[in-house]
Amino acid sequence: MSKMAPPEEVMNVNYSTPAEPWMDVKPEFKLGNYSYPGKPDVLKYLGLPNPRDWNPEEEDWKLPPDWREIITDGFRELLKKYRSLKVFMDVCVRCGACADKCHFYIGSGDPKNMPVLRAELLRSIYRGEFTVAAKILGKLAGARKLEEDVIKEWFMYFYQCTQCRRCSLYCPYGIDTAEITFLARDLMNRIGVNINWILEPVANCNRTGNHLGIQPHAFKDMMDFLVDDIETITGRRVEPTFHRKGAEILFITPSGDIFAEPGIYTFMGYLLLFDYLDLDVTWSTYASEGGNFGSFTNDKWMKKLNAKMYHEAQRLGVKYIIGGECGHMWRVLNQFMDTMNGPADFLEVPKSPITGTVFNNAKSTKMIHLVEFTADLIKNNKLKLDKSRNAGIVATWHDSCNTSRGMGFFDEPRYVLQNVVEKFVDMPSQTIREQTFCCGGGAGLNNGEFTEMRLRGGLPRGNALNYVQEKFGVNTMSCICAIDRATLPGLADYWAPGVTVTGLHELVGNALVFEGEEERTMNLRQEDLPGIEGSEEEE
Amino acid sequence: MAGLVTALLAVAALAALPALGAGAGMAKVFGTIVPYVAVAIFVAGFIKKVIGWASTPQPFSIATTGGQQYSLPWVKQAKFDNPSTPGQTFIRMALEVLCFRSLFRNTKLDNRPEEGRVAYGSDKSLWLFSLMFHYSFLIVFIRHFRFFLEPVPMVITGVEFVDSILQIGVPTLYLTDVFFVVGVTFLLARRIYDPKVNYISLASDFFPLFLILAIALSGIYMRYFAKVDVIAIKQLVIGLVSFKPVIPPNIDWSFYMHFFLVCVLWAYFPFSKLMHLGGVFLSPTRNLPNNTRMERYINPWNDPSIKPHSYADYEDDFREKMIEAGLPVDKEA
Ligand code: SF4
Ligand code: SF4
Repeated sequence: MSKMAPPEEVMNVNYSTPAEPWMDVKPEFKLGNYSYPGKPDVLKYLGLPNPRDWNPEEEDWKLPPDWREIITDGFRELLKKYRSLKVFMDVCVRCGACADKCHFYIGSGDPKNMPVLRAELLRSIYRGEFTVAAKILGKLAGARKLEEDVIKEWFMYFYQCTQCRRCSLYCPYGIDTAEITFLARDLMNRIGVNINWILEPVANCNRTGNHLGIQPHAFKDMMDFLVDDIETITGRRVEPTFHRKGAEILFITPSGDIFAEPGIYTFMGYLLLFDYLDLDVTWSTYASEGGNFGSFTNDKWMKKLNAKMYHEAQRLGVKYIIGGECGHMWRVLNQFMDTMNGPADFLEVPKSPITGTVFNNAKSTKMIHLVEFTADLIKNNKLKLDKSRNAGIVATWHDSCNTSRGMGFFDEPRYVLQNVVEKFVDMPSQTIREQTFCCGGGAGLNNGEFTEMRLRGGLPRGNALNYVQEKFGVNTMSCICAIDRATLPGLADYWAPGVTVTGLHELVGNALVFEGEEERTMNLRQEDLPGIEGSEEEE
Repeated sequence: MAGLVTALLAVAALAALPALGAGAGMAKVFGTIVPYVAVAIFVAGFIKKVIGWASTPQPFSIATTGGQQYSLPWVKQAKFDNPSTPGQTFIRMALEVLCFRSLFRNTKLDNRPEEGRVAYGSDKSLWLFSLMFHYSFLIVFIRHFRFFLEPVPMVITGVEFVDSILQIGVPTLYLTDVFFVVGVTFLLARRIYDPKVNYISLASDFFPLFLILAIALSGIYMRYFAKVDVIAIKQLVIGLVSFKPVIPPNIDWSFYMHFFLVCVLWAYFPFSKLMHLGGVFLSPTRNLPNNTRMERYINPWNDPSIKPHSYADYEDDFREKMIEAGLPVDKEA
């Protein structure tokens, strides 16, 4: 990454529009505003077309000779398969209500990051290729020819969209640019224009079960390592099981939780909670990825990766599935899974063995969110929680885009959070809940080379965080998404230094009071608990 | 800018055509042939477009959720922003179509780098003026029914009565005429003066606005200034709808201009963004409930042959390592 200017400067965004019409402005690739292309061997493994080495900064992108036909045929096919696409191509009135809603526009001022214009990049080709009137009237009617520059523009801007759907909330016709981005990426994949940080995880998830390519034995090692840490912190030896046939519940969470900070603390929180409840739950290394990188690629890979969850649940003979804290995983689970891979008639409607609550909101998918499960436990007084273990924390809540605008998951996590911390403040109302702002890293854009653009796109989130930090002394932002846990720490360091990012079950794990337990002196991060300064040395 | 000028010139040319033509003995063309053709294009085009959408499968249920989901019994659901039943979804759609619910939510970016903060102020102007524009348009449209309904139904006379309640001038001023012009003018001004909206505007965005404005102005001119012969016009219109076209004499040129521009609007409609009238009902992010974990949604082209990389293959790949790590396996090595 090139050296990033300080926040004061980055805040000073130029929102004026260029003198030339947008069709005449060419994209300019600079390190920091694009992601690296898919590696040839990864494409080969996935059976995707046109594997080759190429560089977006170079003139020649080595497209296949018949790339134009591939795109137009593909476009035609998608228009036949997706009513959403067809309607969204036709009904936009360019009212601009969505224009200033996108975090990438707010942070970059680049007009092509206005959702309406992002969609026009595709729509102009739709008009030029598939509508009679626009074919005749050409540019006047917003139609243009399919040239290589158009593909370059698509690559730039459809990989500068995190599919967060904030624009869709405000559009009077509900036009969902995330859907348009999804399909544009599908089209680009057909001619080998894609990014590695999506395709390599897809390949890894397919083969090893998780996006990092961790093999089963290594996965177990990491789990053992966390189990040891838990023992150090709590004195308890938790005993998670793998692939245990006949267990009641299969638990699946994003693999980011087992691999990197701060996700691992959340992971420890899961383990502690299951141990506390003596829950009959098992893990799988085969289906160890909740996040669905396929959903950033095309419908086929989304379905194929998602199918592992039911496949594994059926093989193990569990009754139902609980899913961990993850954003895209839940968008896919909530809106797509049953459609693609159901009916899950080999499973039962989830019923909490502790409280007896039947989860009717999941009666078809048979999969519930851990936070729903925990909220129900707290409501029914089944958890002994000591907020003072999280003393000193002034928490705020980051609503992840996918659980927000793709599900509507707002009150349950806040309820859990408020039961484990003493102080909680929400960020300003126009930046939370359904109006929440993206971390800038969704839909496969949480890679290293994209950091600069991501931090710019993080302006609205970062600024809102900074506001509550200064005004209310907020020092912790909690969330239920693995991509958030990967990207928000960097965002906080840049926009609101001093704020810590945590998952929700990390805080639950800290607060859980086991019967007859030895007194805890550390939190899950092995930091001294407040008021127990220096206790580590005394041991 | 090119878009604006082109659209303006196009509308001016279209307006000039009947103004000149009708006087030059072409009243029959503008009074009978053109309206029949225009309405035929409208009806056929509209139906074709809507059928085209409706017959395309909607593979996934993708509601954009705008509030709390249906969840545990003690969690309050936002029923109309995040509906989970068809009834709730119907209300969501009704709010959208009748009250422009999503636009009501609109905010405006307010970045103040000097203060180190970026805020999002509520912005209801677009909502207010679009609502004003669309409802006045609707009422004006309904009012026009008196030209071809005999006797004029009570509803229409009622609407007229309320509309002209201020009793200003002769003929009395319709309020909706004023609101209508104010509404279009706002939408047009916004397109010109808001740099963002200007940048995304095409000729096809300006054209319908100019066209509609021209229709409104020519209508106003006819009614308040030229004070055209309403009886003769009614005769012409009734002739048209009863398929016995007649061209009464003494109809002012301004009527032909107004009428022709309306015909242009009819014919242009199905090929343009004006089809949002039909499309708003078909938007999958709004017209589907968020109940996809409760009820299975069917995708007609779902391909059952797409299977996961199976567990058996996975185990074949890693069996030795799994055994060594103490992970259970289905088949021993
Ligand atoms: S809000 Fe909707 S209709 Fe308006 S410009 Fe954006 S996508 Fe188009
Ligand atoms: S989905 Fe999100 S990132 Fe994409 S255009 Fe809309 S607001 Fe921007």
